[in-house]
Amino acid sequence: MKILVPIKRVPDPELKVKLKDGAIDLAGASWVVNTFDEYAVETALRLRENGASGESHGEVVVVTIGPDDAGQQLRSALAMGADRAIRIDGEDKALDSRVVAAVLAKVIEAEKPDLVVMGKQAVDGDANQVGQMLAGKLGWPQATFAATVELAADKASLTVGREVDAGVEYKTIALPGVLTVDLRVVAPTSVKNNITPASHSYGTGEGGPRYASLKGIMAAKKKPMDQKSIGDYGVDVAPATKELGVTLPAARAAGQKVADIPTLVKKLVDEAKAL
Amino acid sequence: MGNILAFCEFDGGALRASALSNLSFARQAAAAHGGEVVALLIGAGAAAAGAAAAAYAPKVVTVEHGDLGHYLAETYAPIVARLAGEHGAAIVCATATSVGKDLLPRVAALLDAGMASDISKLESGNRFTRPILAGNAYSTVEVSTPVICVTVRQSEFAPAEPTGATGSVASADAGAIDAKGARIDRIDSQKSDRPELTSAKVVVAGGRGMGNGDNFKQLEALADLMGAAMGASRAATDAGMVPADWQVGQTGKIVAPNLYFAVAISGAIQHLAGMKGSKTIVAINKDPEAPIFQVADYGVVTTWEKAVPELIEEIKKVKATR
Repeated sequence: MKILVPIKRVPDPELKVKLKDGAIDLAGASWVVNTFDEYAVETALRLRENGASGESHGEVVVVTIGPDDAGQQLRSALAMGADRAIRIDGEDKALDSRVVAAVLAKVIEAEKPDLVVMGKQAVDGDANQVGQMLAGKLGWPQATFAATVELAADKASLTVGREVDAGVEYKTIALPGVLTVDLRVVAPTSVKNNITPASHSYGTGEGGPRYASLKGIMAAKKKPMDQKSIGDYGVDVAPATKELGVTLPAARAAGQKVADIPTLVKKLVDEAKAL
Repeated sequence: MGNILAFCEFDGGALRASALSNLSFARQAAAAHGGEVVALLIGAGAAAAGAAAAAYAPKVVTVEHGDLGHYLAETYAPIVARLAGEHGAAIVCATATSVGKDLLPRVAALLDAGMASDISKLESGNRFTRPILAGNAYSTVEVSTPVICVTVRQSEFAPAEPTGATGSVASADAGAIDAKGARIDRIDSQKSDRPELTSAKVVVAGGRGMGNGDNFKQLEALADLMGAAMGASRAATDAGMVPADWQVGQTGKIVAPNLYFAVAISGAIQHLAGMKGSKTIVAINKDPEAPIFQVADYGVVTTWEKAVPELIEEIKKVKATR
């Protein structure tokens, strides 16, 4: 089984947002793998391995569109256990979701994966579009916002517990298909593949993506990383979305600490008129 | 010149609150494009709900078919895309609910359209402002394809009022239906008499500090006293204390009620992203340094165990005087 995991590098989401000339100031930003894409890599690894024995039953290929430095994010995915990486040279300015989906569709044509797993959204742009656009373009089924995933024993379909507004919707898609993952997919027993023993648990508590071991980090340096360009895939699409400017939200008026509950309620009634 | 095709969710013969926010946006967009709003309803019960939708839009199109009973992106997207062409749509829009977010980008791909998601404001015909970086910044974008797909943030568009007239309602063919190998097995959802989180006027939310799901029952008592919806931080939902669909945050639900109680919630950036649009924010936390106090209008440094029973008593007193 071959799983393709597109990942995006994003500025560290914990850093304070700074603007310069009406745009996000990225000078000196530290870059990390998009949180949800890290979960996608973890999901792909759990789907292709026997979690108890560590035996691999498939291939995980990670791909990113980014500048030279984005190779670091690919290496961290390789260190987690991905087998091969592809860096497609590109700058954010030349991309929007539509262009990314167009490029990924071509990558998929070349790689012919059985499954594409990606994070549901990038935590910088928060667009939540690429997975769905890609599925639409390919005519493949899609299962978005996955909290649980189960690969059928015959590997021909995936049953996904999707986080929807009303609760959890269980959707089965035939493969090949597109899966986008949400926060809870990395909980200890969220991913099942009918290979890993049912009793196996990935971690405890809330679980999480695996840490790269020192062995994994060393091995990653030798794993193949292809360098490509958008032109190599025959994609000549200009972005349809242009960012005109970025502003910071208006600051909320400073709040007040209140000494006790009776005073709080009085203020909610009299001052805030909220009760 | 272009019309606005507004995909509207419905339930029990009426438009959902989320659809009314979409229609508010659609009206603004129609004015900007010199066109009219066409409300689109797909699925079981579309015709009945379409009659109700006619109070809100000059044109309503409904699509019903035995194979379209439950929403599925694979079967709905081609219908939306086809009707966008048939109705001369310059914009196809939906509210950024879990349905809208799942559906519209797929529609965009079928139309080769650019897309702006989760927008907070329409600036002009093809210019939109939207939150980025967990709502820590706002980006104004221009989308230049002939057709644009848009999802709107419900909390930023007040529900549309009836137009005062009755629009025309017509049914449209479903066309060839191909689920592309997808099917819905079941939905696990808890029925609740409480208002929907995304449209409630008051929200009571609890965090990891609540300790366990049983303790949340005290927050529920507080919520029910005010007819409020229940929310939670990601930490509380991750820990299984409460259902996942109670999560408020960057990747949970975005809410902007009149009054938001954050109880035992530390105030991580991702949680703030989901609730800092609230009119009045009350924080109750035993840690005086908790980041939540930076967005709260009123903060009380105390334990929830002490505060919640007191809050219930004090609010009961207020209600008794009315």
